[in-house]
Amino acid sequence: MLITKIKDRQEVLETLKDKNPFVFKCFGCREVSFPEAEIDNLLQEYRDCVKGIARIDYLCREEFTGRYLKAFAGEISSAKSILVFSCGVGVQVVSKLLEGKIVLPGCDTHYLNGFQGVTAQNADCEQCGQCWLNLTGGICPLTACSKSLLNGPCGGTKDGKCEVNPEMDCGWALIYERLKSIGRMDSLKKSAVNVRDYNLIIKGATK
Amino acid sequence: MNLEEKLKSGKFVITSEIGPPKGTNIAPHIEEAEHLRGKADAFNVTDIQSSVMRLGSLATCRLLLEKGLEPVFQMTCRDRNRLALQSDLLSAAVFGIRNVLVLTGDHTVLGDHPQAKPVFDLDAVSLLKVASGLMEGKDMVGNELDGKPEFFLGAVVSPGYEPQELQLIKMEKKIEAGAKFFQTQAVYDLAAFEKFMKTASKFGVPILGGIVLLKSAGMAKFMNENVAGVNVPDRYIKMMAAADKKERANVSIGIAAELIKGMKDLCPGIHIMPLGWEKHVPAVLEASGF
Repeated sequence: MLITKIKDRQEVLETLKDKNPFVFKCFGCREVSFPEAEIDNLLQEYRDCVKGIARIDYLCREEFTGRYLKAFAGEISSAKSILVFSCGVGVQVVSKLLEGKIVLPGCDTHYLNGFQGVTAQNADCEQCGQCWLNLTGGICPLTACSKSLLNGPCGGTKDGKCEVNPEMDCGWALIYERLKSIGRMDSLKKSAVNVRDYNLIIKGATK
Repeated sequence: MNLEEKLKSGKFVITSEIGPPKGTNIAPHIEEAEHLRGKADAFNVTDIQSSVMRLGSLATCRLLLEKGLEPVFQMTCRDRNRLALQSDLLSAAVFGIRNVLVLTGDHTVLGDHPQAKPVFDLDAVSLLKVASGLMEGKDMVGNELDGKPEFFLGAVVSPGYEPQELQLIKMEKKIEAGAKFFQTQAVYDLAAFEKFMKTASKFGVPILGGIVLLKSAGMAKFMNENVAGVNVPDRYIKMMAAADKKERANVSIGIAAELIKGMKDLCPGIHIMPLGWEKHVPAVLEASGF
């Protein structure tokens, strides 16, 4: 799942007005949540400020993006900057490919795990390096619980919802229901005291 | 006798609570505790309660000790990673603080610094295990300690939590990890509490029933809607609503006393959370027959 929001309007306007950017809009994962209309309105309003606009699917795929950039080589070299409307991965790929160019993000990335332009997944993985799913009925306690608790729920669950957001299910309530339905309550009762090893996280993982 | 010895002796134990101020003006809070000298057996000191930044629990516990009052150092997992938690446990020990109550902690977004990073490196169960390890002279990764601390470890349980089975599983895990006593979330329904105690008492660990003083009908409704595991019966809400402003404290004291009297036969003690109404605690105890 990918969720991006357009960055602070003032910041984006400054880029548009002062830095005459070439603009990339990544549409690879837009069907989830991408501020497409907002971006288009903004670009329409300031169309005189931009050097050109390229719409691309899956900017995060480096090889493909590298070839694509060549097609816009002229416009890119004449632009003062590159403004990228995508998740943080897309911005970093463009930045890597266009060494020496100012590459600026147009969006704040709020969520990108499990997507990253490769395949859509309906679950999120925190890339923790020590999967807990075998103990928790296939529901990840790191991503489903707002405190990423590993040894059961906190006291903040109300009617199966999380104290952080009443719209959000309590991850541990879901885990409990699942374990009960698959007859695996023993894994909850008997599991040792679980603690994360943050040293297992591969540097550069998304969280 | 300290808290542990009193619980072992079978004496009905009363603990109260201090919420440190936002700022350095701690004197009035110590004064409130002073009024309960000889009545309350120990005083919990909350740890950045409700995720609202304030004076620390450790320093306040030390101040209580200096006055000869017994503190219960509350520790949440919200604000410190495993190094800081272990270090603060050692700090507590050298300050002479023995009672430690371990909690997960409210999420940062519920408090006054929602921008803060929520830590939760450990949780209540793993912190209890780590504290138990320190008592055996080992840090979390097995390194030897030069001088080992001694603690009387406690934890919390919410009798009204649904599903109760899940709460009891976690309670058992806390006991396995080293919890020697429990304090509960606020209780208003004695029948439900009795049912909970029948199941939970099989663990053989003392459980102090939680008392939160009702300040108004609005507070009661708010808790019913927002606080997990709390269910204030309509009868109490009506009593609070019918009382005029001057009478509210007296009605609230009466309700608390009724609950405490009812708990006397169900559990080995009570934990009073006055939430700003510390001044009424002596009257609550008197009305409860203490």
